[in-house]
Amino acid sequence: MDVIAQNLPAYLTGFLSTLQLTVVAGIVALGWGLVLAALRVSPLAPLRAFATVYVELLRNTPLTLVFFFLVFVAPQFGVLVPLRFWTAVVALSAYTSAFVCEAVRSGINSVGLGQAEAARAIGLTFGQSLSMVILPQAVRTVIPPLINVFIALAKNTSVASGFAGVELMASGRRLATSNPADTLWVLAGVAMFYLVITIPAGVVAGVIERKVAFAR
Amino acid sequence: MSSVLYDAPGPRTRRRERLGSIAGALVVLALTALAVRYAAGRGVFEADRWDVLFDPPKNQTASDVWTSMVVRGLGATLRAAAVAAPLALVLGLVLALWRTARRTWVRLPAIVVIELFRGLPVLLMMFFALLGFGWDAFGAVVLGLTVYNMAIIAEILRAGLASLPKGQAEAAYAVGLTRGQTLFSILLPQAVRIMLPSLISQLVVLLKDSSLGFIVGYAELLRSIQTNASFFGNRYFIALFVVGAGIYLVVNIALSRVAVWIQRRSARIAPIAALNPDGR
Repeated sequence: MDVIAQNLPAYLTGFLSTLQLTVVAGIVALGWGLVLAALRVSPLAPLRAFATVYVELLRNTPLTLVFFFLVFVAPQFGVLVPLRFWTAVVALSAYTSAFVCEAVRSGINSVGLGQAEAARAIGLTFGQSLSMVILPQAVRTVIPPLINVFIALAKNTSVASGFAGVELMASGRRLATSNPADTLWVLAGVAMFYLVITIPAGVVAGVIERKVAFAR
Repeated sequence: MSSVLYDAPGPRTRRRERLGSIAGALVVLALTALAVRYAAGRGVFEADRWDVLFDPPKNQTASDVWTSMVVRGLGATLRAAAVAAPLALVLGLVLALWRTARRTWVRLPAIVVIELFRGLPVLLMMFFALLGFGWDAFGAVVLGLTVYNMAIIAEILRAGLASLPKGQAEAAYAVGLTRGQTLFSILLPQAVRIMLPSLISQLVVLLKDSSLGFIVGYAELLRSIQTNASFFGNRYFIALFVVGAGIYLVVNIALSRVAVWIQRRSARIAPIAALNPDGR
């Protein structure tokens, strides 16, 4: 127990860089995932095909493989990903964006067909029916799964510890090797910091989900 | 959905869409061509970058390389998954049933276990086993995969049980089945069937997560790529990686396809909700 209190600064540094990694990669993944979702429903077949292939590839690839590619294989092409932090951001956001795309797409598909038909029937244009009828409903359905995607992202940042070594899991490993007698406590401290992120986020997702279900 | 949002395209719109498609295809093709030219300029496509796959140097045969990757590498990956998956399914089922207990204080430990393991990274649990309990790498991988996925599977099964119409349980109690009988012969079979696609995609996640074994030092597929590359030389990294990534993609996409197929099939044959439209 003492070992956690004594090494609080090391934990906090790791925790903050995990948070930073989650937020930066989350923003990039959200932007790129929205673009991918737009491409996947676009009427232009080549763009649709590109987005479909990208999403299927990344969704069926382990995140470890993405990191492995950036760290070991990309330098063979002469592509050097600059700093450790940014290696992790690139890998995490490339991977997470595929899941963001899927969540957004299934949200749009979940709005009843009758809603779109009714909007068209009362004479709304494409832009109006999308912005006033479809998207407001889609956003509600999308937010809980999207929060779950970001919870997964927060946990996935731990994979970076094997390659880039900048975040909470990596600090935990360093502490565990320097305090061999208290390994279990050290790791329990790491677990606590992860739970600080994931459990509140999970509760928020649950609350929003219930509210949405009530509104329908 | 998108077909309802706008009128059927007329001749002019169709022409514009065709032009747009061609332009889009050209952009994608141009980008691909640029990437290929860049890679070719770096010598990626020269035979000496790829001959490790059919005629490796250092007195090794091609079958040695393939055996080390497919048999030993993929074999180790599948072995960890094959031990962890049944364990996760059984423990997940136990947790899901435990969570349906009627008294709150009986239910509480199951809720705590599920929420705890759902909120922690798999890698952390592998390190618990590896550094905390001093297990070997295989045990660590299996423990990490098992405890995380059992929590998720418990949640999936619980969602399946909750989605059943109330009338199912009521009818079972009405004909005099006990609580256990109701659960095992009426509710669970339906819940498992509804949730089969989710369960299979969770197994894909489990298989993907087994690659975390690379970080804790378990000699699986990724590790075999690295070992081969360090033995034959780093210039073979690309060829070996293409093979390794290909293996992952083939196995995972095949499993995902099975999930989609089952979903379509069970949607076609007697959807359970339709049997009992107002039973909820």
